[in-house]
Amino acid sequence: MAKKEYAFYPGCSSQLRGSASNYLTSVNSMCEALDIKMTQIPDWNCCGASIGYAGSGELSRHVLNARNFALAETHLPGQDVVATCAACWLGARETKEKLDASSQLMAETNEALKEAGLRYQAKVGVRHMVEVLIEDIGYEGMAQPIVKPLEGVRIAGYVGCQTNRPFGIAGESFENPMYLDKLVETLGAEPLVKYEQKVTCCGGALAFSEPEKSQKQIKDIVESAYDHKADLIVTPCPLCQANVEIYQSEINKRHGTKLDMPVAYYSQLMAVAYGATPKAAGLDGHVIQPKKLQDIAVKVVPKK
Amino acid sequence: MGAPNELNLAALAKYSNDFLREVEANVEEGEWVKMCMQCGVCAGSCPFGPDWEHSPQKIFMMIRAGKRQEVLTSDSMWMCTSCYNCVVRCPRKLPITQIMHGLATYAHRLGLAPKMQPTYQWSLQFWDNCTRTGRVNELKLTLGLYFKEGFVAGVKKAWALRGIGFGLLRAKRLNPFELIRGHECKDKAGIHRMLKKAQEIEARRLKIPQFKTEG
Repeated sequence: MAKKEYAFYPGCSSQLRGSASNYLTSVNSMCEALDIKMTQIPDWNCCGASIGYAGSGELSRHVLNARNFALAETHLPGQDVVATCAACWLGARETKEKLDASSQLMAETNEALKEAGLRYQAKVGVRHMVEVLIEDIGYEGMAQPIVKPLEGVRIAGYVGCQTNRPFGIAGESFENPMYLDKLVETLGAEPLVKYEQKVTCCGGALAFSEPEKSQKQIKDIVESAYDHKADLIVTPCPLCQANVEIYQSEINKRHGTKLDMPVAYYSQLMAVAYGATPKAAGLDGHVIQPKKLQDIAVKVVPKK
Repeated sequence: MGAPNELNLAALAKYSNDFLREVEANVEEGEWVKMCMQCGVCAGSCPFGPDWEHSPQKIFMMIRAGKRQEVLTSDSMWMCTSCYNCVVRCPRKLPITQIMHGLATYAHRLGLAPKMQPTYQWSLQFWDNCTRTGRVNELKLTLGLYFKEGFVAGVKKAWALRGIGFGLLRAKRLNPFELIRGHECKDKAGIHRMLKKAQEIEARRLKIPQFKTEG
């Protein structure tokens, strides 16, 4: 298989010692096993996220995203921009679609970009890591590097919002996307396809400003995983991961529950199945330990 | 913020009784508002639905009814989690999330947004944080939110959530050095110049006086 190359847009939360730094670690391990080369866009900037709207207005948001596109076009020509964060992907893709559709917005964006010595030429493609896996690698391709099938692990696939709406993954429904379950199955684990909270909102950025309301959402998401006897929840979104994992202790305090459900990234499942060490799979980055994955990751597989 | 500003008075004079036209001209995706057929799917699809003062459906009807003050001072837009559930379910395909954000931005620019609304403050802090260096400084952002009601309240809040903080520290997902020197873009200056320009261009297009960009 020829090496696949992409312009990597990891996003702020994935940076070293950021709240999703273990996501980046596991993506790196996963990509290495799949022979995917991810080169970070030099000097990439924040997408503005969904929550920055009050101060940003419309054009500034597009200009932020277009700066990343222009940098990718200049330094990594011909490569698609690939985001791992749901919000980065949504913001970037929205900007791309808006600018493609409006010559006025495009002209205004380039007028602003000129101040940073850049020009966006509308050549770049914008994709999510999950799209790359499904469309460029395929489920068969994802199965190839498996050395440790995740046998006997029951996994609730929590897709969340922004990887799913408004754009989503091609061919999937908004109400019941199946790709995460298929991916879990590909890795040899047991997908809990009847998990009802698959696309429920965790509160997103409002977990900070409206903690009680968000924790009510998170409680539903976690309790449903318990109802289905899940060993862990898996998600493609860094904010879903953080919110659903770290607020369980607060929910326990507030509601007298005993929630202790690990929440991992799809990339961690893949890294473990591909034989990564616990550290290389980012398993040392959890507040609630994903015991089942750790057990598999430390297991020694006899060389074939 | 708080008292209606110059921009608000100018808009009132310009559009007098036609709030729908004002929204169409000044709010991102505002031209979609008249397409709402009042089915209420958005209201029923919102994760924070029970907590809004007015659902999107109501907001859209209020816009058409000219209830300018009630719409722009509503806390509803600030309850949007950006989950996009309403967008994918709307039978008329209105970009509801974007309209709600657009209304929120417009209310902020006019000085009419509810000052004490926590997500309003949070949204401004986020934008300020991420544009300062080009990248989000998670620690400063979180502490800024905790300490927004003063030092004592901040310490209390940080203490109450210490378990989470130490948990993240142990998991290497929180870096105390971010307070001193965090991640940042090399071309901060270029980013500041281009964003200043973007604000100028948008003000020019909307034919409005330059608005404040920070809270």
